[in-house]
Amino acid sequence: MNSKVKNRALSVSLITEDIIISLFSIVLALLVGAIIVFFLGNSPVEAYGALLSGAFGSVRSIAGTLTKTVPLIFTGLAVAIAFRCGLFNIGAEGQLYVGSIAGVIVGLSLPFLPAVILLPLSILSGMSVGFLWGGIPGFLKARFQTHEVIVTVMLNYVAIFLTSYLVNYPFKSDGMVAQTDMLPLAAQLPKLVQKTQLSAGLFIAIAAVFFVYWFLWKTSWGYEIRAVGENPSAAEAGGIGRKKNTFLAMALSGSIASLAGITHVHGIYGRFIEGYSPGFGFTGIAVAVLGRNHPFGVVLSAILFGALDAGALRMDRTTEISSDLVIVIQGLVILFVAAPGIIRSISTRLRGGK
Amino acid sequence: MDSAIEMRGITKHFGSVTANKSVDFVVKSREIHCLLGENGAGKTTLMKILFGLYQQDEGEILIKGKLAAIASPKDALSRGMGMVHQHFMLVNRMTALENIILGKETGRFLVDYKKARKELGALAKRYRFKIDLDCPVADLSVGEKQRVEIIKTLYRGADILILDEPTAVLTPGEVDELFLTLQELKNQNKTIIFITHKLKETMDIADRITVLRNGEKVAEREKEATNRRELALLMVGREVSFDVKKSAQKPGAKVIEVEGLKLFPHSDKTISFSIAEGEIFGIAGVEGNGQLELEEMMMGMRPIPSDGGSIKLNGVDISQISTKKRKLSGMGYIPSDRHKRAMLHGFSLEENMLLGYHFVQPFVKHGQIQKKSLSKHTAEAVMRYKISTPDTSQLIKYLSGGNQQKLIVSREISRDPVFVLAAQPTRGLDVGAIEFVYELLMELRSEKKAILLISAELSEIMQLSDRIGVLYEGEFMDVKASENFSRGEIGLLMAGSGSEEKANE
Repeated sequence: MNSKVKNRALSVSLITEDIIISLFSIVLALLVGAIIVFFLGNSPVEAYGALLSGAFGSVRSIAGTLTKTVPLIFTGLAVAIAFRCGLFNIGAEGQLYVGSIAGVIVGLSLPFLPAVILLPLSILSGMSVGFLWGGIPGFLKARFQTHEVIVTVMLNYVAIFLTSYLVNYPFKSDGMVAQTDMLPLAAQLPKLVQKTQLSAGLFIAIAAVFFVYWFLWKTSWGYEIRAVGENPSAAEAGGIGRKKNTFLAMALSGSIASLAGITHVHGIYGRFIEGYSPGFGFTGIAVAVLGRNHPFGVVLSAILFGALDAGALRMDRTTEISSDLVIVIQGLVILFVAAPGIIRSISTRLRGGK
Repeated sequence: MDSAIEMRGITKHFGSVTANKSVDFVVKSREIHCLLGENGAGKTTLMKILFGLYQQDEGEILIKGKLAAIASPKDALSRGMGMVHQHFMLVNRMTALENIILGKETGRFLVDYKKARKELGALAKRYRFKIDLDCPVADLSVGEKQRVEIIKTLYRGADILILDEPTAVLTPGEVDELFLTLQELKNQNKTIIFITHKLKETMDIADRITVLRNGEKVAEREKEATNRRELALLMVGREVSFDVKKSAQKPGAKVIEVEGLKLFPHSDKTISFSIAEGEIFGIAGVEGNGQLELEEMMMGMRPIPSDGGSIKLNGVDISQISTKKRKLSGMGYIPSDRHKRAMLHGFSLEENMLLGYHFVQPFVKHGQIQKKSLSKHTAEAVMRYKISTPDTSQLIKYLSGGNQQKLIVSREISRDPVFVLAAQPTRGLDVGAIEFVYELLMELRSEKKAILLISAELSEIMQLSDRIGVLYEGEFMDVKASENFSRGEIGLLMAGSGSEEKANE
């Protein structure tokens, strides 16, 4: 057999298979969603029409979609980095909380500094705390072989309650709500579109996407992380330390995850509000899975999740359909991606082959 | 003799590739038929078609003279065929008995273990199988697991057995046992198809042989009417030389000095040896006698305790430095377990070329991978060593074992090492690739590199080495120049006999 040709056919088909499965899962989930809407006595066309116009219908709705996309890009990237090293970071939620509280505290403590210094300084201090917080499970895994899933899940609680304590006591502003004082303007990210929540955090997200791609695929540091994730024994024989890279991947993952919180707090609220994240860290896992742990895939799936969330509000207002439908669709997408066998059997049946 | 299986004009395409091209394959009843061919010759595809895992594009299959459409393994089973796959399909936590009856349990609602046990007992007796039915599969040796697989097919009433490279995972002793079993099965009227690329085994076990090359059938032979050399020629398509031309040369200065190295932590036994420039030192021995420990200690993946001996490279003690530093100081390493230790399966050839050298110029500058120089270097290796691949961005997992090994070897010698550790360098390779490895080791030898060869293949050790140490339970039974050893002598030493004489010296 001509192995050259066979090999090429194989590699092309397998790379595209990843993309096909993701796309197919989305289509299938939307289809099942439509059926559900139909059987509830509503029009799927109307429902999806409202979703679509709510997500992309105007400049403001696009800005709304992007606002919801930004934190998911960060958490999706964070999960993807850890995964490339063979690690599951379930702790993005906690990492974004501790990172953002650190950024806010720095911003509040040094109000006299000009924006060019204060804003980067708060962001970097938040990222550093995220780096260390994410590094804890990495260190424990490298040193004591504790499982990172357990540790990150536990640290989520620690982070949520720790930040909750901080905004209820030492850093609480006046009033009923558990939140900090407003950040000085010099510590806030500028808005991109007036009367929307879209901030310059979008640019940080775009930069992060390219950085992660460059880091993982173009540098020897990233190469080491990916090598450990692909085959730790071979990496070891190639002189690549597993422990160092386990720590590094988790810590980096933590610092990227913390950006989800930092850009949200510095760009939208201007202050830290207790429990502000609707689970960005956990949705990030889904985003990474659908995006196949690739930075560019993460962007696309984050936009999808962001658009569904943004469109849901419009759909809820203008139709009889509850915005919860969106959660159903998101769940179905993940179900289909996680069970590629379903997609494969459907696609072979469609092709009429065996 | 009537035919058990007749495959006529089988053609199978995968996309634009033809895996089988109009293959005729006839197996007579009650014979052991070897299907011989190099990796990628189309053996497995043909057998998967026969077993219903693939559908042929053209051609027909006759089972026991009757035209048969085999759409699934279920059809194949119902026609009396059974397949023993290279990778066992067993549930590790269940016992042998539970595994055998899995999917074909006796009893209506509850499993009737008594009945199953009785039936299996009779089966084992009939074919003279030794097997502990109540042992969890996880605790069985590889040979025993394979036996469970064979019994599984017999229990399902198979009288045509297909074995896919059954010896690849077995020790020499287990191979002998398997061959006895196969002969016994044949005596009891079973038909056996034996897929392999090993010539020696083919000559040992086959009644008849069909040779595939590039998806086509190139020959069908009675065993008596052929020999190893002809089969090699048919299989590879050209004359293959098994003889190594070893030039006479004087070894130079000592490169490697191993002193009192303790391979097993709970034993007092140690080994010491040295390797000079231009010398191949061979480690002979049955696997599990310290080869893996030695390999990993040499390369720094297994720590050497402070009282556990030392390894010197050009006079410098390296026994406590990292793998990375060892590689940088000129140690090339061809691991015994290619898949575990040498390859990043989902990475391209280029990125695999980088492994272990991802911190040195010119592949990496200021931490950034230099794609151009890496591609160029990889392409040169592909050209030079005739690695069959469409391009250098191909993922290494799609290459055949021989081509993978070629890339790994070229990587390990690319930085002009002073010492090369070649552990089981020809394991799982086909004839052409073995020839390549032998020639390359000889080339390295004439380039005055010191080489440590660890191999379970005795003939390989004897042909290539200048000196041989026979390793048994963590110590050398004897170390001599290879021409002073006879094959039989090494065989005895490998089994541990001869230690008494040594003690009396």
